[in-house]
Amino acid sequence: MANSVETLANSLSEHFGDALTGAHVAYGQAVIELKPNHLLAVCQSLKDEEAYSFEQMIDLCGVDYSTYGMADWETNSTSNTGFSRGVSKDIFDDEAETRPRFAVVYHLLSIRHNHRLRVRCMIDKTPAKIESVVNIWASANWYEREAFDLFGILFEGHPDLRRILTDYGFVGHPFRKDFPLEGNVEVRYDPEQKRVVYQPVTITNRVLVPRVIRDDNRYKEVKGEE
Amino acid sequence: MPEIRNMTMNFGPQHPAAHGVLRLVLELDGEVIERADPHIGLLHRGTEKLAEYKPYNQSIGYMDRLDYVSMMCNEHAYVMAIEKLMGITPPIRAQYIRVMFSEITRVLNHLMWLGTHALDVGAMTMFLYCFREREDLMDCYEAVSGTRMHATYFRPGGVYRDLPDAMPFYEVSKWHNEKEVKNMNEERQGSLLDFIEAFTDKFPTCIDEYETLLTDNRIWKQRTVDIAVVSPKRALQLGFTGPMLRGSGIEWDLRKKQPYEVYHKVDFDIPVGTNGDCYDRYLVRVEEMRQSNHIIKQCIDWLRENPGPVILDDHKVTPPKREEMKGDMESLIHHFKLFTEGYCVPEGEVYAAVEHPKGEFGIYLISDGANKPYRVKIRAAGFAHLSAMDEMVRGHMLSDVVTVIGTQDIVFGEIDR
Repeated sequence: MANSVETLANSLSEHFGDALTGAHVAYGQAVIELKPNHLLAVCQSLKDEEAYSFEQMIDLCGVDYSTYGMADWETNSTSNTGFSRGVSKDIFDDEAETRPRFAVVYHLLSIRHNHRLRVRCMIDKTPAKIESVVNIWASANWYEREAFDLFGILFEGHPDLRRILTDYGFVGHPFRKDFPLEGNVEVRYDPEQKRVVYQPVTITNRVLVPRVIRDDNRYKEVKGEE
Repeated sequence: MPEIRNMTMNFGPQHPAAHGVLRLVLELDGEVIERADPHIGLLHRGTEKLAEYKPYNQSIGYMDRLDYVSMMCNEHAYVMAIEKLMGITPPIRAQYIRVMFSEITRVLNHLMWLGTHALDVGAMTMFLYCFREREDLMDCYEAVSGTRMHATYFRPGGVYRDLPDAMPFYEVSKWHNEKEVKNMNEERQGSLLDFIEAFTDKFPTCIDEYETLLTDNRIWKQRTVDIAVVSPKRALQLGFTGPMLRGSGIEWDLRKKQPYEVYHKVDFDIPVGTNGDCYDRYLVRVEEMRQSNHIIKQCIDWLRENPGPVILDDHKVTPPKREEMKGDMESLIHHFKLFTEGYCVPEGEVYAAVEHPKGEFGIYLISDGANKPYRVKIRAAGFAHLSAMDEMVRGHMLSDVVTVIGTQDIVFGEIDR
């Protein structure tokens, strides 16, 4: 099994060459990184070509990479300075500006060959826009609506790009990292107007467990480094 | 001459046959569906976003609440994703317990599905029969985890605790006198395994009972045969998985094709339909219950003979025993660190999928090395199935919409997340 995954990743990187920015195996699954302008052509051949035949698109999701690798605490220089006790977001220099913010990740499954493949497409345009794969896999329809709703990623050529999970008339894209966990508005019943009204949220988000990143050497072998 | 127009009708969200909070906007030509537009999201709680703000272990409970009729299977995928990232494997006994409870969960789910599906189509008795058996399985959940539904029983590195040696008893109340209580407690004299074994012995007869009520029932067949036929090719296109895919005749089961835990060691068959209609999907699911029963039996036999640890002894991931913690400094530190900060998961991304009763349930986990996930994407089977609703009901009668909702086995906890 592990061998065939390697073979798949190699054959993909040979076959598509320039369209990819990378192909590797992560935790027993082949992953390819795709340039957005080649998306449709590559997906079409992933589905149609005998050697790949990924008949099923299992999943499609958006990812917002804007705070990737940022924690609330600095843990590495602890021994010199002691822990910084409060939660502060300013301890990391912002390299986030330079890399693309959004990505769309496709999970494909080939029933014929019993293969899985993850395809990641980083989007460097603002506003985030990518071509729709609805015409290749019909199951993409709702998944793309979901990614649009939650992340604001636009899918060109989608027949019906409406919001799907959030409320009617919702403002914003809730799964973006800059959207607060507690949201912006809340609803309550107003006895005077005799209807449900929207108002700005009255709760604040308390961080009970700060987000920390610790280097752990034990995991180096798991990932296959060194 | 009067102008004839299509009628637009609103179905749900407060409709008993909507299985929760489905809102369907139906365009009707007389009684024939021209177009169906499902509106979902009425139960959207932002589980994926909430998980980003919590240490890994605290989100296990959220997983129960996704598909709230097959709780442990949801946990299973989440826990497997974490384990894959950390490179840990639970002890073999834990794997057998997981498989056994996954199958118990499958039976639970299918009973719920069968009862409500038949009720929607008009067979009241099925509902009562199915819930009678479900009660026993809920008791298994309760015995092992303390809760009847939201178990939080699977943990990264194993399961929360070993199977109990005794079952709780019924007590005399104003509804049940001593004699009745004695009868009800008869099966509960032994351990949990004895209780489950007694269940597996009687369950095939129960399935026969269900089948005598439905399988050759003329009304049931009139309502399900040739309704919502999906061709195998179309089923793949639409992202169908699980019984929906197998009903269309494609032999695909993750338990067989990409086995996880100890599924490669147990013996079972994959039922496959031929026509891809509602009736075939019914037959597939009923046969799946028989197969699950068979798997549970094998797990019981193995578990009886092989005692052992049920969770890893690695206290960077799993909490130390309570007694150890009271006397041992290191254990206390581990305990404190685990329950305040949690554990950090190495940077990387992983997709873990299980054969959930409804189809493929997957967790796509991205970690940036922190004690909280960077992104959790839940791949719910029902989401893909419901998106095919329009295609499946088009050209059918209004009353068939209810059959299709039933056959898709929709639960909104997982679709809306």
